[in-house]
Amino acid sequence: MEYIDRGHVQKKMRTRLLLNKVFKYLFLAATLFGLVFLAILITRVFIDSIGWLDFSFLTNRLSFNPEIAGIKGAAAGTLWLMVIVGPVTMTLGVGTAIYLEEYAKKGRLHSFIQTNISNLAGVPSIVFGLLGLTVFVRVLGFGSSIIAGGLTMSLLVLPIVVVAAQEAIRSVPGFLREASYGMGATKWQTIKKVVLPAAIPGILTGMILALSRAIGETAPLVALGIPALIIPVPGSIFDNFTALPMQVYYWTIDSALTAEYLNLAAATIIVLLVVLFLMNSVAIIIRNKFQKRY
Amino acid sequence: MSERLNVKEAIQAKRKNNKSVFVEKMVPVILFLAAFISIITTIGIVGTLTYETILFFREVSFTEFFTTTDLSPLNPTDPKFSILPLLMGTVMSSLIAMFVAIPIGLTTAVYLSEYASSNSRKVLKPMIEVLAGIPTIVYGFFAFTFVTPVLQEVIPILDRTNVLSPGIVMGIMIIPMVASLSEDAMNSVPNSMREGALALGATPLEVAFRVVIPAAISGIIASFVLGISRAIGETMIVTIASGSTKNFTFDVTQSMQTMTAYIVEVTSGDAGAGTTAYFSLYAVGMTLFVFTLLMNMFATYITRRFREVY
Repeated sequence: MEYIDRGHVQKKMRTRLLLNKVFKYLFLAATLFGLVFLAILITRVFIDSIGWLDFSFLTNRLSFNPEIAGIKGAAAGTLWLMVIVGPVTMTLGVGTAIYLEEYAKKGRLHSFIQTNISNLAGVPSIVFGLLGLTVFVRVLGFGSSIIAGGLTMSLLVLPIVVVAAQEAIRSVPGFLREASYGMGATKWQTIKKVVLPAAIPGILTGMILALSRAIGETAPLVALGIPALIIPVPGSIFDNFTALPMQVYYWTIDSALTAEYLNLAAATIIVLLVVLFLMNSVAIIIRNKFQKRY
Repeated sequence: MSERLNVKEAIQAKRKNNKSVFVEKMVPVILFLAAFISIITTIGIVGTLTYETILFFREVSFTEFFTTTDLSPLNPTDPKFSILPLLMGTVMSSLIAMFVAIPIGLTTAVYLSEYASSNSRKVLKPMIEVLAGIPTIVYGFFAFTFVTPVLQEVIPILDRTNVLSPGIVMGIMIIPMVASLSEDAMNSVPNSMREGALALGATPLEVAFRVVIPAAISGIIASFVLGISRAIGETMIVTIASGSTKNFTFDVTQSMQTMTAYIVEVTSGDAGAGTTAYFSLYAVGMTLFVFTLLMNMFATYITRRFREVY
């Protein structure tokens, strides 16, 4: 007695295997779709920037004349932003992570702060822009200055640093801590001399990711009301500024009037992408080279 | 002759060292203050949005804001405030984005977790994640200067600014998010389930769609919801490529303004503090905030509530 109709199964098997094969290549095509798009994007932007991206483009100041316009001011603005975002997120982010991982008791307060941080990570960047506009620009009276932009940006990328630092601290094995306590070190000495040095590669990777997010982020800066005017290269954190992505934005929307602005925007994008690429490469190197497995 | 070290005395001496005791007590307090900044940030966001939104609704009625369809905030004689055109723009652009991101993201996840060898996954996954690291302003530039002109060749009636092109580009931006979250969910399905199905004669395709996806469905749906939330909050792509026409329409070939693009337009415009247009920023921002927060919380809820534990 046969339970299975062999002929039927074999007949069906062929289509099922064919279907499997067809879909496999379909899925591969879908996977490659994003990569092809990425390749077209980069090629296209690169072609648009040819002839415009040279050394004088980096050192010239902003101008309405596309022939002599450069991004010195915008690049300086972006650097100034990082001067604020770096230390602020490092202090607050690592501090928060140490508190949550080492000091806070696993209870309601701990889970409240944790949930709060993961919710903040999901808040649209433009809403952070509104917060910055209200608190830093208007209430504290910083105007559309570097410090207002930097603090807004710091709050935006803070969750990235906190989560990365938490993971780094969590991955420091317990026996290192216990050895330190065993030698008579106090809790803070253990954190300062044992846990943090062991966690530093992970923390640095998180910091770099946060900074590269802050470098490319445009929406919160636009909301702060940074003007498209030509302004002097900023000299202190209280000066008005423009940043690289802001420059891309203004040149893109004005390219309808002056066609060459499109090339300037493309050239600025290349600069931005090269900076991001370098930063991410450093992050990968740090992760591969210094991260110890216990 | 050296003095013998007495451990007990050493400990007692250390206890008496006021400075180190002080440091030990102060450090948690300082660290707590750092952690508290994130709570203050949330309070700041909710507080400012609520306060200014209340001021807005003193001047504009709820019914005008949520039921009429005219929006002309900077009209000097007769400004109209309705959020519906903006909601329409946001919903349409996010829908288009998800039409792109869900099928491609999910199939990418299936390929990576079910078909790709571990070597090709190691190469492909980081490459796809590069898409997520590109600043959105770059996508906006690309949508405006390349995708729209290309689409215009196919659809001649397409406006120079429209919802279709930024929607598609936004979808591509979200692919890595959907793909990597879905893949994580699929990876957590135990291999024994796959092997069981394969042993019964299922093809890898049948394993993927009848075993792995159903088992990972909560994580997959969460990835969709987070993707939608990301699309709703995305600003620069739609600001550049979809323009600022406050259209209440289903026609995606036209320019439509989203909630995020409205905030950009009004903040970079001349709306001085204290005007109704200025307050309307916060009412729109509040709506945006509530929408994205609800979606994020929903995503967390479904992953927790419906997760299968093996």
